[in-house]
Amino acid sequence: MPLVYYLLLSALLFGIGVAGVLLRRNAIVIFMSIELMLNAVNLTFVAFAAHFKNLEGQIFVFFVMVVAAAEVAVGLALIVAIFRVKQTVFVDEINLMKW
Amino acid sequence: MAINLQTVLFFLFSVIALGSAIMTILHRNPVYSAIFLIVTLFALAGFYVLLNAPFVASVHVIVYAGAIMVLFLFVIMLLNLKHDLSRKRGKVGRRAFALLLVIILLAEMGVLIGGSQLTGNGVAATPPAVGLANGPADSTKFSGSTAAIGKQLFTTYILPFEIASVLLLVGIVGAVILAKRKLTS
Repeated sequence: MPLVYYLLLSALLFGIGVAGVLLRRNAIVIFMSIELMLNAVNLTFVAFAAHFKNLEGQIFVFFVMVVAAAEVAVGLALIVAIFRVKQTVFVDEINLMKW
Repeated sequence: MAINLQTVLFFLFSVIALGSAIMTILHRNPVYSAIFLIVTLFALAGFYVLLNAPFVASVHVIVYAGAIMVLFLFVIMLLNLKHDLSRKRGKVGRRAFALLLVIILLAEMGVLIGGSQLTGNGVAATPPAVGLANGPADSTKFSGSTAAIGKQLFTTYILPFEIASVLLLVGIVGAVILAKRKLTS
């Protein structure tokens, strides 16, 4: 498959992820949208690795996965901690730091 | 473009990935969102296999579908969000503004992809003569096999590898402390 198809698909997936972050108010779904964006970037890395016949793109995917795993663990712990205090995960009701 | 198995699989996986990604962000129930996201991740693993990266594909399924999404589902069920399901969505103006931003972003990315030298002719059959870091591209040496990736990861990229392990340790400690401590409002 030509590289441009993969790039367009990644762009669309990334756009859907951005739309999820902007549209949804549920913090957990916002987190899933962030995962979607990270995966779109991973697809770009692997597509470029196959295009350039270069393994570095695939290796970078592993580091993105490590960061994503750490981010999810800390982020979900944050959501649980906020839920204990506010009894909600909806971001428009979590306005402690708003002026 | 000739119709062959790879093309058919590409479009099949594309439809699955995009459709379930859209369902992920549109479904009201976060449990179904998580399940649709798992479907998207499996479709992405299919792309990795198509792109000659079987090890990335298997690690992707194990880490994302096996670990991260289970964590998501655990938290969703732990928090018991059922009573929030009948909530109304955000304001119409805000949603329209968000959609406008997304369309602008997609247009920018489309212009970049369409105008770039890499994809201007849209042909992958002629790999360019430039390897990014390793000099000229050597198509005989390229394979996404476990052995090739392990060799690179434990020689050239040993320092980032170790830093990644420290990052995971910090993440674990941070998650435990955050989830344990009672925050005061």
